[in-house]
Amino acid sequence: MRKFLKDEQHFVRMATLFLVGLFLFLIARVFFVPKDFYEYGHFRAGALADNAARPMGFAGREACESCHPDVAEARKGSRHDAIACEACHGALAKHADDPGSLKPTLPDGKKICLVCHRQDVAKPKAFKQVNPQEHMGSEPCNACHKPHHPEMA
Amino acid sequence: MGIDRREFLKSTGKLVLLTSAAALAWDSLIAGRPEAAPNYKLQDHWWGFAIDIEKCIGCGNCVRACKTENDVPLEPYYFRTWVERYHVLGGNIEHPEVDSPDGGYDGFPPRYKPGDGAKNFFVPKLCNHCAHSPCVQVCPVGATFESPDGVVLVDKTYCLGYRYCVQACPYGCRFIDPRTMTVDKCSLCYHRITKGLTTACCETCPTGARRLGDLKNPKDPIHDFLRNNKIQVLKPQMATGAKAYYNGLDGSVR
Repeated sequence: MRKFLKDEQHFVRMATLFLVGLFLFLIARVFFVPKDFYEYGHFRAGALADNAARPMGFAGREACESCHPDVAEARKGSRHDAIACEACHGALAKHADDPGSLKPTLPDGKKICLVCHRQDVAKPKAFKQVNPQEHMGSEPCNACHKPHHPEMA
Repeated sequence: MGIDRREFLKSTGKLVLLTSAAALAWDSLIAGRPEAAPNYKLQDHWWGFAIDIEKCIGCGNCVRACKTENDVPLEPYYFRTWVERYHVLGGNIEHPEVDSPDGGYDGFPPRYKPGDGAKNFFVPKLCNHCAHSPCVQVCPVGATFESPDGVVLVDKTYCLGYRYCVQACPYGCRFIDPRTMTVDKCSLCYHRITKGLTTACCETCPTGARRLGDLKNPKDPIHDFLRNNKIQVLKPQMATGAKAYYNGLDGSVR
């Protein structure tokens, strides 16, 4: 019988090596690809739980108000009512978990207000802004305005 | 120098045994993963984000809160969210002047004077959590993905730091964390939203300029926001399916 190619043996050897390699690859793949890899798509489904497992820094307004309902009550109707506690008081999830472990520090009555209320042309026109030098000189803001109820009486 | 049959079988056997050993180790690794929040159902949510330019005062609360909450490196070039200040002079929307000192971490020192006829405003930026994200399409190992509830997340155990995604994101929302050399980006505070809380940036935003929204929840106020305002997304021509919806977005914003 006429041979298909002159050096057929070479091709047989190469093909065998290739098939063995492919077989080993498929076996290795079964072991290496995590079981949940294609559960939702081309990624590991467990990564969702990994992302969800991060510890929290901010406790959230509800957590604050569950222990401090008096403050929540006092802030009702204030112009600052919509602002969450931790916007000024900082991240306090540790304090919410164990109040003794982290004591919140009182924000600086001169600096904290200016974080928002310092005059800038890029701020929306309707937003209350002050030039600190003209408005109060060296007085701290909380000499006149209560941060939880900033309206003047 | 050849390899005889005995030697070949020996090395192949070793490879097979070692492969199964690695597989066992991997199984034990993933068996220890924490469970997701028990009452959270992936298929019940589709997260989006509402940003109201007309309310942003550039205080930087969101930038600081994000860095605290997500342990983002404090150097001024690593951000999951940042705020830009635009200065558009004479209606020249092709060449706006944009600054973002430390991403707005310490707020914005006054820079422009009133009365020069320019339009000034702040633009908060973050991952747009695209429904068809370019960054996900280029990842060769499946380390970043669009979750079934509409959040673009990173699998830090899979990321090899190839940086294709950093280049692919048209919004510049990704960076390589210098401590792990893996990619990092806004996760929409996935650890908070799966537990019924809002993101750290929305929690601390004093004016409500940033709001998280669940587009699958018909009672979510984001639907009113989308209905009652003229909404735009960034770079709509790229068809990324961006879900960060802006109200009052100027034509100069890129």
